[in-house]
Amino acid sequence: MQVAWSGVSVVLGGRTVLDGFDLSVAGGSWLVVIGPNGAGKTSLMRTLAGTVGHTGTVRIGGEDAGGIPGRERARRLAVVPQHPVIPPGIDVFDYALLGRSPHQGLRFSPSERDRRQTLEVLHRLELGGFIGRKVDTLSGGERQRVVVARALVQDTPILVLDEPTSFLDLGHQLEVLELIAELRTERSLTVVSTLHDLTVAGQFADRMAVLDHGRLITHGSPAEVLTPEMIASHWGVHAHTEVDGGSVTVTVRRRQQASAQASSRSIRGQSDQSRSRS
Amino acid sequence: MTSPPAGPGVARYRPTGSDRSRLGGCWLSAGIASVLVAAVIGVATGPVPIPIWQVILELADRLPLIDVDSSLSPADRAIIWDLRAPRVVLGLLVGALLAGSGAAYQGVFRNPLADPYLLGIAAGAGLGATIAIVTRLRDAVGFMDPVPLAAFVGALLAVAAAGTLSTRRGSTGSPATLILAGVAVANFFTAIQTFIQQQNSETLQQVFAWILGRLSTAGWGEVRLLAPYAVICVVGLLLSVGPLDVLAVGDEEATTLGLRPRTIRRLVLMAASLGAAAAVAVSGLIGFVGLVVPHAVRMLAGTSHRRVVPLSLLFGAAFLTLADVLARTVRSPAELPIGVITAFIGAPFFLLILRRQATS
Repeated sequence: MQVAWSGVSVVLGGRTVLDGFDLSVAGGSWLVVIGPNGAGKTSLMRTLAGTVGHTGTVRIGGEDAGGIPGRERARRLAVVPQHPVIPPGIDVFDYALLGRSPHQGLRFSPSERDRRQTLEVLHRLELGGFIGRKVDTLSGGERQRVVVARALVQDTPILVLDEPTSFLDLGHQLEVLELIAELRTERSLTVVSTLHDLTVAGQFADRMAVLDHGRLITHGSPAEVLTPEMIASHWGVHAHTEVDGGSVTVTVRRRQQASAQASSRSIRGQSDQSRSRS
Repeated sequence: MTSPPAGPGVARYRPTGSDRSRLGGCWLSAGIASVLVAAVIGVATGPVPIPIWQVILELADRLPLIDVDSSLSPADRAIIWDLRAPRVVLGLLVGALLAGSGAAYQGVFRNPLADPYLLGIAAGAGLGATIAIVTRLRDAVGFMDPVPLAAFVGALLAVAAAGTLSTRRGSTGSPATLILAGVAVANFFTAIQTFIQQQNSETLQQVFAWILGRLSTAGWGEVRLLAPYAVICVVGLLLSVGPLDVLAVGDEEATTLGLRPRTIRRLVLMAASLGAAAAVAVSGLIGFVGLVVPHAVRMLAGTSHRRVVPLSLLFGAAFLTLADVLARTVRSPAELPIGVITAFIGAPFFLLILRRQATS
């Protein structure tokens, strides 16, 4: 299912955090939005989720999102928030089952089918052993997988992920993203996500967009977007990029490597002196 | 007979219909049993001793399709049906409403410290009752006691004021704004109430007795007064358990799950406030039930509102009825205010919960 923004702006507390954003994402592709802190990435994700006021038009499946009722929107689009709220004491199964909410009646009462689907997704994500565990007792990686599970249980054609790996170590980051990549192919999902790690972003995206100060700077394939010049001008770091087929590997160099080495030498020198004195 | 062994990789954990609902069913049975036990003890306790088995037979006799003879004298029967049963039923209803609406308030505000008096119900009811008492409305009206009605109107006015003040044009306020508006309204109403009370010191004792809460009844009048609101409130709360579980992930995520948080919050608060206001109107300010009972339920049976709300209704009913038994018997023939009993049990229990939460 296709997603598109045209002229979308968000103003928060008198500050324009998103300024006339225009982009469209074809169904079945993975758009990764990158940009420095405070660029407006989360606000952009919230325009899709319908949880922030905006001007301009957001289209979900070709239809103006403003006219889609909340429940229908939740059947088209699932969100993995950056800081998910975990209700205290809830167990993994009940938490994942919340994903079925938009498919339930006004009483939000889960059916046998809802329970079965939830169970299937949990097993698919190898969370079968965690079902009765309390979510707030899980490790960061496990918890993130449970949150992803809830979004998949929602069974939507579009998945919106706001920094889905921000609290995970490298191994768990790859694990979660590889899982999403797999599921995307399996279910032909449209994925829209933000990722702050450029190297990781370059490996998984098939489309990328750079956002800075609320404006869309550029967009295209990872190879077109992730250039040393782009990284230098918006992140202020020197980077080396290597294009390998569809993915791009970014290696970042320390800004003042030479001076850093010099200063480390001098510190070593001082400690040597102090050792010789004592 | 042996069951076939579960194959490898087969989901052995089946939350569908098995252990989960069995556990829930256990707690539900325990809740219903506690209500029945509390009701029997409540009816059997009093200055005139009536053997408990005779009470059970007498109560059972009133059930449809059951015909037993309790061999009670007409006088004992009158004691049971005209004096004790109305009081017990009132206790059950008030306890259920206070605990159920407490559970709903805590769910709506996602705050374990919320209770049914949070938005000014207590202060509003107090003001209404005080005005009715000092103006001697009872003498003016004659045919009915106007104090409950005045308290009910006062309580609903206070909640409505808090709701309106926290709403800006075009949008409803956040839960935090609503709570602050409630606190402000409560203080304002309490200030007026204190002023009126001080100006009319001759009715001080009457006002004070009302504020402490009591379940004294004269026949079935209070029960009839309370029943319609109790039905609306209980039905409303039981319908809202699903949405309250979704709301537990916060407004923003609940929106992305297809819920309309503000609408739900408003509907649940209306149902809960109506029940709590009606309960307060007939029984005065009985504290801690709305706070302690849902907490105890959560600790025992889990945090899902599908359990917390119905079990709070049941255990709240039993708890208040038993507290009333204590209030009647501890210094018999004198009666202690029931609010004293619930606070005496509730406050230490509440501190225990706070300590537990602080350590976890």
